[in-house]
Amino acid sequence: MRITVSGENKEVKDGITISELIEQENVETPEYVSVSVNEEFEQRANFDTKQLKEGDVVEFLYFMGGGR
Amino acid sequence: MPFTNEQLERYSRHIILKEIGVKGQKKIMNGSVLIIGAGGLGAPAALYLAAAGVGKIGIADADVVDLSNLQRQVIHTTADIGRPKVESAAETMRAINPDVEVETYHEFITSDNIMDIIRDYDFVLDGTDNFSAKFLINDACVMADKPFSHAGILRFKGQLMTVIPHESPCYRCVFKTMPPKDAIPTCRQAGVIGAMAGVIGSLQALEAVKFLTGSGDLLTGKLLTFDALTMKFHTINLPPRGEGCAVCSDHPEITELIDYEQPVCEFKPGQN
Repeated sequence: MRITVSGENKEVKDGITISELIEQENVETPEYVSVSVNEEFEQRANFDTKQLKEGDVVEFLYFMGGGR
Repeated sequence: MPFTNEQLERYSRHIILKEIGVKGQKKIMNGSVLIIGAGGLGAPAALYLAAAGVGKIGIADADVVDLSNLQRQVIHTTADIGRPKVESAAETMRAINPDVEVETYHEFITSDNIMDIIRDYDFVLDGTDNFSAKFLINDACVMADKPFSHAGILRFKGQLMTVIPHESPCYRCVFKTMPPKDAIPTCRQAGVIGAMAGVIGSLQALEAVKFLTGSGDLLTGKLLTFDALTMKFHTINLPPRGEGCAVCSDHPEITELIDYEQPVCEFKPGQN
């Protein structure tokens, strides 16, 4: 199935979970990344069970400590 | 107090906006904003808030201006290297707009002083560069019911959210706990594009002005992210306030402020 990850169209296996996607995408600091699906924030507790659907739009949200 | 002719002219582009008008400009001039961190985010925010005529602006920072700051901290100039950032920032703000009362705090914000400092302000703007400060500001503002704008930047990305404590989700509702030291790269380690600080710091200034004037919808319950490489803004809807949050739920686990260990590199004088 096709989903959008960080603005890019991607072919992924059907029913991929958020945890599997994080691993597959080699996300930086995977233990601390937050995720939104279709512009809704996803709780980390659901990462292992939440299956993505065709057309979902996924964004990785990172801790950003900069400012000065 | 009626506006002087000079004020009418200075603020004419605000006054003409139906969302602000004379009433809104009065609110800005009677308002107060505390900016914590006189750096990348704090610099543009301080410039715009001073230009907007915010009645009282507090600026807190323990550091001095360093050459490596000038790529993004646009309130300081080359001649300011070595001066306390709060002094340099205050001087620029007063030069832009003598109407503004500027209060400086040349010190690190800690659990000991933050409550006393934020008390006097209507709105707080987090322009700090480390997670211990970001969590401390969040927790203190939640405990004091002080509305604030959180922001962070790194490389070509930035994000921000506005928090009205006990109404909208706080920083800790989203980013639960302090990441371990060195788990997340800092701007010093990973870099940041200078204008990103300008974009995100200016958005923070907009939120402060909107808060003071009551115009529009604040960025509450949402996290705005911006990626300069793809030029895309996203607004993520956040979960409701307080659900299991350690500080802003109705039965919080955290009831006292925490000074998390600062990354050692943040303490080297004159290197920030």
